[in-house]
Amino acid sequence: MSLLSYFFGSKPKTASVAKERLSLLIAHERSANQPTPDFLPALQRELIEVISKYVNVSADDIKVQLGKRDNYEILEVDITLPEQQPK
Amino acid sequence: MARVIVVTSGKGGVGKTTTSASISSGLALRGYKTAVIDFDVGLRNLDLIMGCERRVVYDLINVVNGEANLHQALIKDKHCENLFILPASQTRDKDALTEEGVEKVLKDLEHMGFDYVVCDSPAGIERGAVMALTFADEAIVVTNPEVSSVRDSDRILGILQSKSRRAIEGREAVKEHLLVTRYSPKRVEDGEMLSYKDVQELLRIPLIGAIPESDDVLQASNQGTPAIHLKDSDVATAYQDVVARFLGEDRPLRFVAYEKPGLLKRLFGGK
Ligand SMILES: Nc1ncnc2c1ncn2[C@@H]1O[C@H](COP(=O)(O)OP(=O)(O)OP(=O)(O)O)[C@@H](O)[C@H]1O
Ligand SMILES: [Mg+2]
Repeated sequence: MSLLSYFFGSKPKTASVAKERLSLLIAHERSANQPTPDFLPALQRELIEVISKYVNVSADDIKVQLGKRDNYEILEVDITLPEQQPK
Repeated sequence: MARVIVVTSGKGGVGKTTTSASISSGLALRGYKTAVIDFDVGLRNLDLIMGCERRVVYDLINVVNGEANLHQALIKDKHCENLFILPASQTRDKDALTEEGVEKVLKDLEHMGFDYVVCDSPAGIERGAVMALTFADEAIVVTNPEVSSVRDSDRILGILQSKSRRAIEGREAVKEHLLVTRYSPKRVEDGEMLSYKDVQELLRIPLIGAIPESDDVLQASNQGTPAIHLKDSDVATAYQDVVARFLGEDRPLRFVAYEKPGLLKRLFGGK
C-alpha cells in the first residue's frame, strides 16, 4: 500500500468482495442442494406401472425431474420407449 | 438425558479439536459430567490436545466392536474432575464406525450418567463427519472468517439438516451455533477479513462467540492443556464466554473490536 493511499484511506476492501461472492455462491448452492420433493419417487413408480401396461419399459427408461426455469418450476418426465412394438 | 454436541466445520484445520477440548473442559468445570469423543478415525489428535496421549489403551472402535467396554476405554482428564476422553483409533479406517455402534456408545454414556457428550468431528463431509453429527442435539459450527471455510460451513449445515437423526425422524431440528474462530479484529477493521457479522449474515445461524487469533493456542497445544485453562489469555476468556452462552447465560461479545495502539506503542513498537 502506498503512503498516499495510507493517508487518504483508499484501501482495497477485499472483505466486501469476499462477502459479495459468498452471498451469491451460497444462495446458488442452497437452491441446488434442495432435497428432491418426496413425491417424486412415488410418481416415478406409478408412471412406470401405468406406462408398462401399454409399452414395455423398465424403471431406468423413465426419468422424473423437478427443475427451475426463470420463475417457474418445471416437472420434467423423460420416457425412453423401446424400439419394439407395443404389447 | 445426555445432550450430544457435535463440533463440526466441513473444512479442515479451522479449530474443531481446539474448540472441542476447550468446550468440553468448560462444561466439566461447570460441574457437568462430560465426555469428549474423537471421531477423527485414523488421525487422532484430541488426545494430544488434552494431554492424555500416553494413557490411551483402547479407543472408540474397540468399544464399537466390543473389544473393550467404556469403563476401560474412557480416560479421565487430568485437569477436570468430571471430564472423560474417548480417543479415536489410529490404525483402523472410518468404515469401522457404524451407526448402530455409535448409537450404542452414546446410549451407554447416557446410562453412565453423562450430562454432555462432545463429538469432535473430522474434516470433510464423508462418513466420519456424518457419523459425528448423526446423533447430535446441538451443533457448534466452527468457521474461520475466510471464503472456503464459510462455504464449507454452509455445506455442513445442509448435511445437518438432512442427515442427522433429528432431521430424518422429523423431530425438533438440531440446535445450531456459529463459532467464528481465528478472528483478527485488526484485519477486519482494515477491510481484509470478513467480520463476524458478515459470516453470521451469510450462514444465518445464531452466533455463540468469536475466538481471537492468538499465539496462545499453540502454547496450549504444545503443553497438552486445553486453551480454556490458560491464565490471562483472551482465548481462554473467549472460550469461557462461549460455554456460559451455551448454558444460557448472557455475555457481551469480547475481543472483536480493534483497539488502535497508542502513539507511543506505534513509535516504539510493542509486539
Ligand atoms: N484461535 C486460534 N488462534 C491461533 N491458532 C489457532 C486458533 N485455533 C486453532 N488454531 C490452530 O489451528 C490449527 C488447527 O486447529 P485444530 O486442530 O483445532 O483444527 P481442526 O479443525 O480440528 O483440524 P482438523 O480438521 O485437521 O481436525 C492448529 O495448529 C491450532 O493451533
Ligand atoms: Mg481436529
